[in-house]
Amino acid sequence: MSVQGNSILTVNNIEVIYNRVILVLKGVSLDVPEGKIVALLGANGAGKTTTLKAVSNLLRAERGDVTKGSIEFRGKRVDKMTPPELVKQGVIQVMEGRRCFAHLTVEENLLTGAYTRKVSRAEIKRDLERVYAYFLPLKERRNSQAGYTSGGEQQMMAIGRALMAQPAMILLDEPSMGLAPQLVEEIFEIVRDLNQKEKVSFLLAEQNTNVALRFADFGYILENGRVVMDGKAADLAANEDVKEFYLGISSGARKSFRDAKHYRRRKRWLA
Amino acid sequence: MLFFIEVLIGGLLAGVMYSLVALGFVLIYKASGVLNFAQGSMVLFAALSFVSILAMGVPFWLALLLTLAIMVLLGVVIEKVVLRPLVNQPQITLFMATIGLSILIEALGQMIWGSQVHGLDLGINDIPFNFYGVFISQFDLFAAGCAAVLVAGLSLFFHKTKIGRALRAVADDHQAAMSVGIPLKHVWTVVWAAAGFVALVAGLLWGSRLGVQFALTLVVLKALPVLILGGFTSIPGAIIGGLIIGATEKLAEVFIGPYFGGGIENWFPYALALVFLLIRPDGLFGEKHIERV
Amino acid sequence: MIYRETGQYKSNYGTDEQIFPIRQDRIGVMIILAVAYLAVPFIGNDYWFSAILIPFLVLSLAAIGLNLLTGYAGQLSLGSAGFMAVGAFAAYNSMLRIEGMPFLLGFILAGLSAAAVGIVFGLPSLRVKGFYLAAATLASQFFIEWVLTKFPWFTNYSASGVITAQKMVLFGYAFDTPVSRYVLTLVIVTLLALVAKNLVRTRTGRDWMAIRDMDVAAEVIGIPMLKTKLLAFAISSFYLGVAGALWAYCYLGTVEPQAFELARSFQLLFIIIIGGMGTIVGAFFGAAFIVFFPIFLNLFTSTVFAGQLDPGMLSHLEQFVFGSLIIFFLIVEPLGLARLWQLGKQKLRLWPFPH
Repeated sequence: MSVQGNSILTVNNIEVIYNRVILVLKGVSLDVPEGKIVALLGANGAGKTTTLKAVSNLLRAERGDVTKGSIEFRGKRVDKMTPPELVKQGVIQVMEGRRCFAHLTVEENLLTGAYTRKVSRAEIKRDLERVYAYFLPLKERRNSQAGYTSGGEQQMMAIGRALMAQPAMILLDEPSMGLAPQLVEEIFEIVRDLNQKEKVSFLLAEQNTNVALRFADFGYILENGRVVMDGKAADLAANEDVKEFYLGISSGARKSFRDAKHYRRRKRWLA
Repeated sequence: MLFFIEVLIGGLLAGVMYSLVALGFVLIYKASGVLNFAQGSMVLFAALSFVSILAMGVPFWLALLLTLAIMVLLGVVIEKVVLRPLVNQPQITLFMATIGLSILIEALGQMIWGSQVHGLDLGINDIPFNFYGVFISQFDLFAAGCAAVLVAGLSLFFHKTKIGRALRAVADDHQAAMSVGIPLKHVWTVVWAAAGFVALVAGLLWGSRLGVQFALTLVVLKALPVLILGGFTSIPGAIIGGLIIGATEKLAEVFIGPYFGGGIENWFPYALALVFLLIRPDGLFGEKHIERV
Repeated sequence: MIYRETGQYKSNYGTDEQIFPIRQDRIGVMIILAVAYLAVPFIGNDYWFSAILIPFLVLSLAAIGLNLLTGYAGQLSLGSAGFMAVGAFAAYNSMLRIEGMPFLLGFILAGLSAAAVGIVFGLPSLRVKGFYLAAATLASQFFIEWVLTKFPWFTNYSASGVITAQKMVLFGYAFDTPVSRYVLTLVIVTLLALVAKNLVRTRTGRDWMAIRDMDVAAEVIGIPMLKTKLLAFAISSFYLGVAGALWAYCYLGTVEPQAFELARSFQLLFIIIIGGMGTIVGAFFGAAFIVFFPIFLNLFTSTVFAGQLDPGMLSHLEQFVFGSLIIFFLIVEPLGLARLWQLGKQKLRLWPFPH
């Protein structure tokens, strides 16, 4: 895919192995242009979360290694940096399943996001108010324990926490997981807002291909650890193969079972 | 009646001594979710180092500083060698690692400093106070004072400072804390060094009570009921739990024990803590277990 | 390549549901059993039987018991040695006080009494979880120790508190040589291990694993908490009780509470963690490690450091290495030797390719 403008993140042909035995990513390359939202799509087990964790270097804790390839953020190699160093560089990951600090209050959760920043307390307070402006329900629940908040609030808290680190890029892992459809729309609207107003780039791993392609600028489709398709989000959404396999829209009239077996478009890219 | 009060106060103050050991546990558990079984060995190691350095002729305060430095160094090494590779492992794995650690530290202490019993004199007169006919040990009061200062300081640290908040975050979820940029290694080094300091205080006080010997590691078994009762994550809980356990243990020993032929103090605190647990499964003051299905 | 499963088709339900569906596994297990039953009794010497193989087998059995409770059902227990003690004393007292009690029945009674005690001390698990439960099980450990030492009825009013275990006689054959005791222990352990391996594949085993993974969800889908948790405690304690009886009768030759102290509970916990929680084969791996390692270490230090260090220092050094090795193993593979074994098999599947 041709690069539009400056790339803030370049992943070059990485191979990831877990426990030294299980090969999960078999040469994934992608590019996130500055100021854009890039979606990483695919079914379960395709390797989306692994790709994100490879970028933010959280793999080591799960006994995973990037054995080949390189990852560059703003032109600098970041393969060997520790997660805290990466956060200081401006890349932060919002993990799958929200992962809030259950025993801290909502406000304390948000404040932990600002840990790496060495700025005055007043400025952190201002950032906190900005985050509350984006996520109004959080403000109402600012003093309750995070473990008792709802899924949607926890997702907002996780994104808000990442925002407090003033990142240049957020790696968002399955933000729609476990959320009501209306809330999913809301969250994605906020993501778009953040992208346009705060100029934060996003690399989004998402199973809900429909919603992701509506809000993203570019997309990559992963299958079995390989990138099988990429392009502008609008093009992907119109692509026949994507429509059939990921959006559940098939062309043509209703098919009988025999027809479906015969005329079903084959996934040609499976190796 | 006076006897009862005397036993009660004696028990309360003994309980404070248990709390001091329990505080070390709470500190580490609150900051990393690890139940540090090696706390007892750390107490012994601290006390051993201190008396051995003293025996070499080093003046009291310098010896104290040196021992503190040793404990901090121990904390740094533990963090680097044991904890860092085990980030994100389930609690029980870390717990087992600390059991291995306790064996190691005990052996190490005895290899370096020898295994004979040392006496320890802190220079505190043990002349009992006579308080309206009740005799209270000065030493115990001093220990209670130390504990109070520690508790106040630690509580403030955990709830009012940025790094205290980071510590509590790490205890909740290692990986999420890492993803947010909290540098686990610095955090844990601080925590283990602090726990080493608490172990030193406990070691000195217990050491002057019991003499510095292997049996010091067994104070762990006395601290566990305190932790169950007070909650693994609560600093005031460690004190209140200690007071309750200490008092009831002494009272049971004196008033109930003779009916059973004595020896009940081994299991009585545990049974008592168990009863409390049935009412408050997370301890009296512990953080409630929050689960989403 | 060595471990390829291609070509192994199952043509009926029986073969599909067998415990070892892969032919290489079956062959391996058959070889091990053949060696254990047919070769070892003839080539082993008394020292090996009484000091190495019998404790290895009995500790494996006890570890299986603890694994059922902690590895499969997720209830962390630090009181396992107490249940072993109950088993040992129950076997002793039943054989003492009931005329003509066959010792095998005595062992079964040992298991049943331990199970009963286990149920009682398992009741807190309905309310308490995690480390709080572990610390609560210590109550059972200390209480049982106290009861057995305090009330002389259990030790038959013996003056020293140490009682010799009775002879084990079956149809006139006395099991008093190390070889015979080895074979007896081997039979009992293989039988009970087989039962355990099947048990964890049944509904009970799956219920336990559900509780271990997420007990709230398990309760919501209808798994009865009370019955399942108490059953875990009961069956686990049964195994521990039988192991305790075997420990007293086949290994020590005496029945004493000191053999079942807190250190033993921790030893069992080590075994299942190093061996691999939640696996049956892990109990054997862990027990092998715990039994063989001190011997190797002793040999190593006495040959390398012979005469240079006094015995006290030597034993401290051994302890130091033991502690370090535990930590080392946990770092290398926190899921235990069983997981290393699984990864090894996975590598064998792909060999000569690396992944």
